[in-house]
Amino acid sequence: MSINANAQTDIDGLFMAKRNFCGGVIGGYSAWDHYWEGTTYRINQNIGTVSSQSAMIMGNYGVTDKLNVLFMLPWIKNEASAGTLIGQQGFQDLTLLLKNEFWIKDFNGLVVSAVGVLGGSLPVQDYTADYLPLAIGMKSKTAMGRLLVDAQKGYWFATASASGMIRGNVTLDRTAYYTTEMIYSNKVVMPSVFGYNVRLGWREGADKIFELVLDGMNTLGGFDIRRNDMPFLSNNMDMLRVGVNTKYPIPKTNGLSIMAGANTVIGGRNMGQSTGYTAGLVYQFLVKSNKKE
Amino acid sequence: MRHTPNDDGRRNWQMRMSIFRLGKITSSIWVVGLILVFVVACKREVEDRTDLFPALSPSKLDTGAGKWSPVLLTSPEEFACAAPILTSSPNYKLELLEIKSWQQRLTSEELEQIHYWSAGTVLRWNEILRELVAKYNLPPYQNPDGSYPIPSAANPLAYPLFPFANPPYAARAYAYVSVAQYDAAVAAYHYKSKFQRPRPFVSDPSIKLLVPVVNDFAYPSEEAVISGAAATMLKLLFPGDQEYIEKKLQECLNVRIMVGANTRSETEAGVVLGEAVASKFVNRARNDRASKAVGTPADWKKLSDNVIARGETPWVSLETPPRPPMLPLFGRVIGMLLDTADVIAGRPAPPPAVNSAKFNEELDEVRFYSKNATRERMKIVHFWADGAGTYTPPGHWNAIACEDFVNQKFSEARWARNLALINMAMFDAAICCWDVKNFYFNPRPSQVNPDIKTLTGVPNFPAYTSGHSTFSGAAASVLAYIIPSKSAEYINMADEASKSRLYGAIHYRSDIEVGMEMGKAIGAKAVFRAKNDGADK
Repeated sequence: MSINANAQTDIDGLFMAKRNFCGGVIGGYSAWDHYWEGTTYRINQNIGTVSSQSAMIMGNYGVTDKLNVLFMLPWIKNEASAGTLIGQQGFQDLTLLLKNEFWIKDFNGLVVSAVGVLGGSLPVQDYTADYLPLAIGMKSKTAMGRLLVDAQKGYWFATASASGMIRGNVTLDRTAYYTTEMIYSNKVVMPSVFGYNVRLGWREGADKIFELVLDGMNTLGGFDIRRNDMPFLSNNMDMLRVGVNTKYPIPKTNGLSIMAGANTVIGGRNMGQSTGYTAGLVYQFLVKSNKKE
Repeated sequence: MRHTPNDDGRRNWQMRMSIFRLGKITSSIWVVGLILVFVVACKREVEDRTDLFPALSPSKLDTGAGKWSPVLLTSPEEFACAAPILTSSPNYKLELLEIKSWQQRLTSEELEQIHYWSAGTVLRWNEILRELVAKYNLPPYQNPDGSYPIPSAANPLAYPLFPFANPPYAARAYAYVSVAQYDAAVAAYHYKSKFQRPRPFVSDPSIKLLVPVVNDFAYPSEEAVISGAAATMLKLLFPGDQEYIEKKLQECLNVRIMVGANTRSETEAGVVLGEAVASKFVNRARNDRASKAVGTPADWKKLSDNVIARGETPWVSLETPPRPPMLPLFGRVIGMLLDTADVIAGRPAPPPAVNSAKFNEELDEVRFYSKNATRERMKIVHFWADGAGTYTPPGHWNAIACEDFVNQKFSEARWARNLALINMAMFDAAICCWDVKNFYFNPRPSQVNPDIKTLTGVPNFPAYTSGHSTFSGAAASVLAYIIPSKSAEYINMADEASKSRLYGAIHYRSDIEVGMEMGKAIGAKAVFRAKNDGADK
């Protein structure tokens, strides 16, 4: 869930022109030692610090100037610094998104546009999800939608968006489990997720960017981790995070840009208070027809 | 303008202003799409297997169950049951009227309760017990000084909640509830035959039967006797949830009246008898040494010192801060099939000495499974893990048994008897296993070699023998006797449960093999009882 938010492209107001493609690899590292067990803020000496390393390939193709197709696929490795539980690693979920700018208007130099994003994700591997906090993902098929408004005046911009995600039932390896009651099924209903995102910053074109980000998510439902219990897939997970991102073209590379970011969780529920860093390279491939425009 | 495309086309991003119109159609699609997403989001739930159980319609009535041998009762008449009021009495006529008028104003909630309870009284109380075990099966959080608080039965609602329903506690709870229900059922069937009270629908043919009801005798209601015993035991074992247990009891009793199976006095007499039978088990439970199983710091040190004196490596907790071993004196609890002398006499030979060739070979095997975890083995580990926050391995075997018993269409008496046999075996398996664990007090693989990472949590007690293996061997042996057509399947399941602990890298091969053998031997004791209790003639 958090890895997708770091991808940025589905959450900004920028588009690839028709038949252009940009692809890249983004590495990430995040870790937490404090977490919220329900609303109780605590550490756990039997897991110590939980760290997550990731490498994500991503791409963005311009079907038209106003309709882009995006994909992301992260590989993740999670481990705990204390206790005996074995770490997990592997490819997680493939995300495919359609992004469409359906409205744009210039108010005396203040350019405002509205963008919709629709898509979903599905696990690409049979990983073990019922193994939080070390599972590499939730192993749920998801469908998501986002409405985004972007405003730019000169070099300054602001972007705000809200998203909704529904998540398919997750199948466990066990045949019964306890939430706030006993459930005799290997299926878990996953609460939907509401997300919101605000970005403020400076950008020149689409590859010189510096921005501040406020990122929030709340599951709509779910239950709290009981005192001294392990987390579970259908917990009530909330998270509020702040971060900075930057993107800059590498001179004389003819299309290669460097991206870097940092973020930290400032509030949450049934989640780790992680601090994370990302760094990556993206390259833009152009087609000849575009140059003639 | 920075948002127009650059001439070289390299930064040819779509931020141009050439289009100043509102895309009405596309924006509608987005809005409709998002609404759809949220509508779908609100409408999903999973199907619970236990909701689908049909109403119990026994294939064999077991009307002679009053002659089966009880476990603790000296005779089925040890506790008196007063004779019922006469069917010719005005009070009885009033009770029949109560049924008829109630049946005309059943609420949807009551209809749900009828559906729920008609699947089987013993079944549903077993599920309630499993749910309570899962609710209370959480290790307490440490004190600020690094010690651990001990749950108190006298103050069950203060943290840490009482009980910590860990596997030994749970095994004992499943046994007490099941065996009390069984003895209660024997008494109930005895009195039913003695008083020969006709069912309400026989006394008054205008009474509808809302679920299948055996046309045997109605007084006392066997469901009420069984429920009175179950509720009394549950209140003792889970004192923080007495209100919930009482609510379930009242529901169950009311359902018997609503469906036309019993009159009120038949259920009331049943509860009184069930509670009386249970009082004998309450008394036993208070004196079975379980309350001393936690031990004292001196006890814990002695377990370790004994091992050091033998020149062996003692177990230490792998938790931080170190947690005292789980109920280390549980091996002294008085079992139902074996006495303490049997337990001590039945102790297996010691596990391979740490650093012996045999030990190193077994440790290497554990390390192999840790380093080479496959998804297939991970599934097996997680299927059988039944760790903190679950109904425990004995609960898992109760769930397996109950789902199969539903298809067997047992009478309530036979349900009670079969679950009593399985749970006596698992209770005694817990006692024997905990005796061995704390006698040999040997280290887990990850203690000897901290590089060994585990696929599931390391239980906070010594390794030899494996609790999962002992429980599974015991339960599967009894189940194989009860449903012979599935005996191979049960033994395979037990074998898989046992191996899951080796795959999980938390047990050596000796732990699981010797545990399985021990479990099967205890299961054989329960099977011996089963062959002689009169139920199978």
